[in-house]
Amino acid sequence: MATITAPAPARRTAHPRPATTRRRRKIQDNLTGHAFLIGAVGCFALFMWYPMIRGVVMSFQHSRRGVTSWVGWDNYIRIVNDPSFWTAWRNTFHFTGLALVLGFVLPFVVAILLNEFRHAKGYLRVLVYLPVMLPPASALYLFKYYAYDPSEAGLFNALLRAAHLPTSEWMQSPTMTMPAMVIASTWMNMGGAVLIYLAALQNIPGDLYEAAELDGAGLVKRIWHVTIPQTRLILALLAMTQIVATMQLFIEPLILANGAGTQDSATSVAYLIYQHGFFQNDLNGAAALGVIMLVVLGAFSAVYLRLSTRQDR
Amino acid sequence: MSRTLISHAQLQRGRGRAVYWALLAVVVTAFTLVFLGPLYWMVTGALKSGREIAQIPPTLFPRDPEFGNYVDAWTQLNLGKLLFNTFYYAAGAVLFQLVLDTAAAYALSKLRPVLGNVILGAMLATLMIPAMVLIVPQYQTVISLPLLDISLIDSPFAIWLPTVANAFNIFLLKRFFDSIPEEIMAAALMDGASPLRTLRSILLPMSRPILGVVSIFAMTAVWKDFLWPLLVMPHPQTRTVSVGIYAFAGGTPQNVVVAASVIAAAPTVVLFLIFQRNIMSGLTTGGLKG
Repeated sequence: MATITAPAPARRTAHPRPATTRRRRKIQDNLTGHAFLIGAVGCFALFMWYPMIRGVVMSFQHSRRGVTSWVGWDNYIRIVNDPSFWTAWRNTFHFTGLALVLGFVLPFVVAILLNEFRHAKGYLRVLVYLPVMLPPASALYLFKYYAYDPSEAGLFNALLRAAHLPTSEWMQSPTMTMPAMVIASTWMNMGGAVLIYLAALQNIPGDLYEAAELDGAGLVKRIWHVTIPQTRLILALLAMTQIVATMQLFIEPLILANGAGTQDSATSVAYLIYQHGFFQNDLNGAAALGVIMLVVLGAFSAVYLRLSTRQDR
Repeated sequence: MSRTLISHAQLQRGRGRAVYWALLAVVVTAFTLVFLGPLYWMVTGALKSGREIAQIPPTLFPRDPEFGNYVDAWTQLNLGKLLFNTFYYAAGAVLFQLVLDTAAAYALSKLRPVLGNVILGAMLATLMIPAMVLIVPQYQTVISLPLLDISLIDSPFAIWLPTVANAFNIFLLKRFFDSIPEEIMAAALMDGASPLRTLRSILLPMSRPILGVVSIFAMTAVWKDFLWPLLVMPHPQTRTVSVGIYAFAGGTPQNVVVAASVIAAAPTVVLFLIFQRNIMSGLTTGGLKG
């Protein structure tokens, strides 16, 4: 982290001034400072801080025809008793788990590989990051119509057939829906993680590898005992941000699976929030679901941070 | 250049060298296929006729490429208008962020008014809140702004103002300003320059690289966003390009939808290819180092 608390700027005044003038000067300086802040602070207040509180308040209220009343835990009870609730959580965890296996390990391996090359480095980096720049909707229509076409006219099935492997129904098969969404999502998003790992790998002092090699450590041992410990902090941080991001799975089911998917195999918690809030006219229920999501992710982050910092000591 | 996992010497000797070049060739080919392949498939697929795209096995090159799908996409989906909207929202977001976030970062880094650190902390805390959690109350806020009771639905401000609440960009800017020596600030103050003047004539000219990075981030964030514009820009005339494609996808031939997706993706891809160096350095230096 950068230094957030730095010493106050050195102010050199030609002559010492009386205390009242100095105080007035100080108030003036503070007012100027806050004047520069007011625009951004206003936007944060309006679109971040206030909605945060309002979301919690809304989850305990019920609004009908402009009349708002307090209803205690009613919204939560209704949401939890919705059969889709548990399906959505199961799907979301399933996605997060698969995305972690594929989307967390792969970028690290790719970064280690790219870091060893002395040629074509710029080209490979541009390639990996290119999908990140596509609007997700564009990339997902590509996958939906051209890659995951259930007939053998689709790209993936054509490749599978050329390799004499069994083809798949992709989004029309309840079991393949999740892996298909994870593949598309990883392809779209892994570039960011690769670049961050690459930057971290470049900061590892070369002497460490040199010393490990002199001690007779082979390639795998060098990765295990030098590369991973040296990048552990960033690995831990990215694992957390990735889990938080994948738990908010939304656009993949919306576009690839038309929302719920075959036999509800794609419904995610975020999609359920969207459904309740904007289709079932149940903004209060959606707010309650949002609070549940916040609590789950907050608890996860707290436990995770606790565990990963404990290892540091 | 310092050594990495495998020493430089090892890569230049006989066998190491052969393995290195073989592996490089494999990786370059594989990456090209994996990351460019789908884009090629997308661009050329949209050049195929409806019958050719359903053909088994699929053709690698379009047999007789026709631009009909692209033309249909442009006219049926009113892509010109959608692209203009998206560009307008993105440009406004850049402008709002450059003015308000730069001012805020300057205040937090150099002016340091009382409670400045508390405000910075409250801003950074929003990075921990998942976006989906806030979507409903944010929407409620936009429907009827507190105290003012104005609706921002279908107004560009519904996109511009929330983008200002971007803690990551403020943090990037603040860190850059922190690295500008205090002596320069003190010298400007001695010369009697006002804080605004100092910002405009001294800090901003020195900060061009970071301002570029923040602009690109602001631009691509608006271009890529989907759910928020879907909610706050419901009118067909105010939609963004991603939302427009989604809205039309149901009743439009697949090839036309993909052609529209190609057109929608082109601006960000071109932007990336031009500014890739700045984008990458901004991501890695600003992201997690330090």
